[in-house]
Amino acid sequence: MTENEKAARQKKISHVIMWIVLLILFICFILPFILVVINVFKTKADITMNPLALIGAHGFTFKNFPEAMKKMNFLTVFGNSFIITLSATILTIVFSSMMAFVIVRNGKWKLCTLMFSLMVASMVIPFQVLMVPLVSVYGGLLGVLNHRITLILLHVGFSVSMAVFMFHGAIKTNIPLELEEAATIDGCSRWQTYWKIVFPLLKPTVATVAIINAMAYWNDYLLPSLVLTKKELYTIPIATQAFYGTYSTDIGLVMAALLLAMLPILILYVFLQRYIVEGVTSGAVKG
Amino acid sequence: MKQNTFSYKVKQYLMFAGPGTILFLAAVGVPFIYGLYLTLTSWDGISATKAFVGFQNFAAAMKDTAYWQAMGRTVIYSVFAVVLINIVAFALAYLVTSGVKGQNFFRAGFFVPNLIGGIVLGYVWKFVFNRAFVAIGSAISSGTAPSLLSTPNGAMFCLILVSVWQYAGYMMLIYVAGFMSVSKDVKEAAMIDGCTSAQAMRNVTIPLMRSSFVQCIFLSITRCFVVYDVNLSLTNGEPFGSSVMAAMHVYNQAFTYKNYGLGQAEALILFIVCAIVGVTQVMVGKKGEVEA
Repeated sequence: MTENEKAARQKKISHVIMWIVLLILFICFILPFILVVINVFKTKADITMNPLALIGAHGFTFKNFPEAMKKMNFLTVFGNSFIITLSATILTIVFSSMMAFVIVRNGKWKLCTLMFSLMVASMVIPFQVLMVPLVSVYGGLLGVLNHRITLILLHVGFSVSMAVFMFHGAIKTNIPLELEEAATIDGCSRWQTYWKIVFPLLKPTVATVAIINAMAYWNDYLLPSLVLTKKELYTIPIATQAFYGTYSTDIGLVMAALLLAMLPILILYVFLQRYIVEGVTSGAVKG
Repeated sequence: MKQNTFSYKVKQYLMFAGPGTILFLAAVGVPFIYGLYLTLTSWDGISATKAFVGFQNFAAAMKDTAYWQAMGRTVIYSVFAVVLINIVAFALAYLVTSGVKGQNFFRAGFFVPNLIGGIVLGYVWKFVFNRAFVAIGSAISSGTAPSLLSTPNGAMFCLILVSVWQYAGYMMLIYVAGFMSVSKDVKEAAMIDGCTSAQAMRNVTIPLMRSSFVQCIFLSITRCFVVYDVNLSLTNGEPFGSSVMAAMHVYNQAFTYKNYGLGQAEALILFIVCAIVGVTQVMVGKKGEVEA
């Protein structure tokens, strides 16, 4: 055997070992989800008896799903989460990209530099510092809690600084000023220039911001739980928490509720997996 | 020229940045300032008047032993979680960039926990710890094994384990980007000069990835310090309040015990501690950064 063949063989063996290690790790990573899936089709007694069995002694049951859906009010809750996530994501993109544009193109205006530095500084503030005053201002003083629109606007307000920061970078490095000047010479107003020339060129950043924020809005618990306290306004995380509080002993129902809570985003992930991984990576590396 | 007039500037700014500015100030600016004011009052959340008490809340926060216990616990939890998250994430990133078959599939798989909110993850793991692990333990020891979540140390271990599982996939993506940014030529040059691949990793790749480390450690510190969702759903502070982290203590102080002023003061201290740790880490980390 020549040296080269030896090296190639060694490389192959090490790849096989790495692959097996990866597979074991992968199984460990998704094991909790698998456990939920196998137990969701069992009766309460079967789960208590043996949570590890693939099929319970009483066989398959589909009863957990419809019951959990009804008790969790799943369709309403899903609708709330959907409306809130979608509108907050769209508003975040529109408002923060416009804001980043005016800040980048007018770097000498004091107001722009002031706002931009305020926003960058504010990114380190954890939500815990803001939650008490938030409840006392919007609940106590203004009384606007328990409206979806309040939550949507607050979501946007919290993520606008991070999004402006990302659009700021994208506009500064990727959009040539000459392009805008050409548009102005051709008779575009600033508004038209922005929407017809600049915004379409920001697509990759729009995708990144959309993915990061949509995931954050969909999964957020603390802010929605403080803003929405009426049962018919619950989002999925709040409804899951409330459901667990009431039915924690009925473990079959809990399994179904947890699976229902995870399913929408997992299904989406199957189709958009590449974009989500890319979006999160570029968002994390820039942010 | 009209583009330099004050009114033109204001119009332009409001047209593009108006909504963003208003929402930012409404969600972050106003509450932050108002929060500073709240720390100087003894508001109970109900009464219309907020009695001014000066710095009493900060004095009370200093004396609140439960708060400092929670803070100490948070520090211990964060140290373990941050170290383990980064070790696991780095190892995963190394494995999924080594060119083995199906590495994109694995990459996507390790990221899955990040798709789901902390509340749901906490309940999933609660089931795993309370039922599945207990079933395995009972089968081995032929008695009824207690759940890990029923002892203080066990609950802490569970919280760390779940956090590592939750964040490792996210940090892995940042390390993967770091691995990709180190060009193959540099590593090959080191190998030609006689480095073994382990030496090349230690002396070439890792120093060049320093910014990835700084970023991942910063992100994991700032996330672990204010952990709340998983804490709430997995242990809810149990057993005997032994797993209440700082963020949960702040929440309870304000919303359960209705000490809004004190809770806000404690939240502010938590923020300052977290910011000092995070900024120090970034400054120390950036100092030794090298460029290829």
